This record gives sequence, structure tokens and C-alpha cells, in this order.
Amino acid sequence: MQKKILLISRHAPYGNSTAREALDTALAASVYDQDISVLFMDDGIFQLLKNQHSQFINQKNIASTIPALSLYGIENIYAHQNSLTERAIGIEELILDDIKILSNDDVKILLTEQDHVLSF
Amino acid sequence: MIFSLAVYSAPYSSQASYSAYQFSLALLNQGHKLHRIFFYQDGVHNATNLAAPPQDEFNLQQSWQALAKQHNLDLVVCIAAGLRRGILDSGEANRYDKPSYNIAEEFTISGLGQLIEAAAVSDRLISFGN
Repeated sequence: MQKKILLISRHAPYGNSTAREALDTALAASVYDQDISVLFMDDGIFQLLKNQHSQFINQKNIASTIPALSLYGIENIYAHQNSLTERAIGIEELILDDIKILSNDDVKILLTEQDHVLSF
Repeated sequence: MIFSLAVYSAPYSSQASYSAYQFSLALLNQGHKLHRIFFYQDGVHNATNLAAPPQDEFNLQQSWQALAKQHNLDLVVCIAAGLRRGILDSGEANRYDKPSYNIAEEFTISGLGQLIEAAAVSDRLISFGN
């Protein structure tokens, strides 16, 4: 049975493993033939920035994995407008140029459409 | 109703795992079905058989095992998260040439897909911790 599952990623890319393990969950989900969406909000927005230099802290670059989401068949990838604005981040700074930007009301609608929400 | 739980925080450091345990008791007492408890992130530490809390404190690891035995529960530890944090079964200990393994009875190691499968077949997926 196919379900609508939204994964919300709300943590910065480094400093703890949450963002990395959220992304692993999304990639794992893609092979289960479910209707998966991914929403980046709050500090999760920082994961989307171009020009991350994670090699200096011996970490894999999370921004290089994010484009793999669409390769794995996850087409619904969203970023929260207010979270971008609060952090003074422009859309042109993001690694995905086709990411869908959602207002508060859009997020509200997205949440009500889901069968399950996985928040990281 | 069919429930599954996801546990993301370590036992003792955080109350989340204990809350998950209590939630399991409550839903089973009310006659609901508990399809799976999936341990991810620091939640994998729930599965160690090496924790030795003081006698006069609640032993969550043993309580999970007793509950699993009583209700035939599926307690699943994420393999990738477990390997990174030193939670191994005998097969993984052999594979990585480790001197021992430490997964407690009643827990099994499997892939992250088991979390998604649990979401797919459950009416409710409840997350604890993080």
C-alpha cells in the first residue's frame, strides 16, 4: 500500500548526525515505492547551501548528496520560505535550482496531505 | 489500530526511550497492534546487552526484552546507525573482524528500510526523541 510520507529536515548539516541520518532515511525510503516528500526548514536550510567545505572537519559534503534525492526518484523537494528569509539566504545560493519554495500556508497544506511525517 | 514506533535518543541520557516503552505498554494494554519498534540514531544504544545500571534504577534494556518476549514484538536496530555506534550482532562482528558483539536478545539488526516499511503498514508512526 502506498502512503504519503513527508520527511522534514530541520537541523544544520554538521555538528551532529541528524541531517546526515535524515538524508539516509529519505534515500532508503525511495526504494520502498512510497510517495515521499522532503521539506527543509529551520536550520535544515543550511544543508542546501552551495560551497560547503566539510573536508576541513573530515565530514562528507552533505550538499553533494542532496541532488541524489531526485536521482532516487524523490521529486517533491521543498524549502520553507520563512526559514530562508530569517537566515538571509537567497534561492540562488541553494544547491538545487528547481527546489519548490513553500510559504507557511503551503507547509500547512503539505502537512495535512500526509499519512506520516518523519521529523529530523 | 496498527502502531509503529521510532526511537531516536539514547536510553538514560534522554527520557525519550522510556517514554516509548511506556507508550508501548499503553497501546498494547488498549488492544492495539504494535507492528515494530525501530531504533535509529542514538536510539540504537537501547539494544546493547552491556549496560549495567545500578540495581535500584529502572533497567530499560531488560524491560524492552521482557516486553518483546511477552508480546512477540519486532525490535529492530538500524544497521548503519548501529555499526557507527558500536552496536553489533555476531554476523557484523565477524564481517568487521571485531572481538565481540553486544546486541541484546530480542533485538535484531536490519536496514533503514524497515522504518519505511513500518510507516507503510502502520496507521500511526510515533517518533520519540531527537
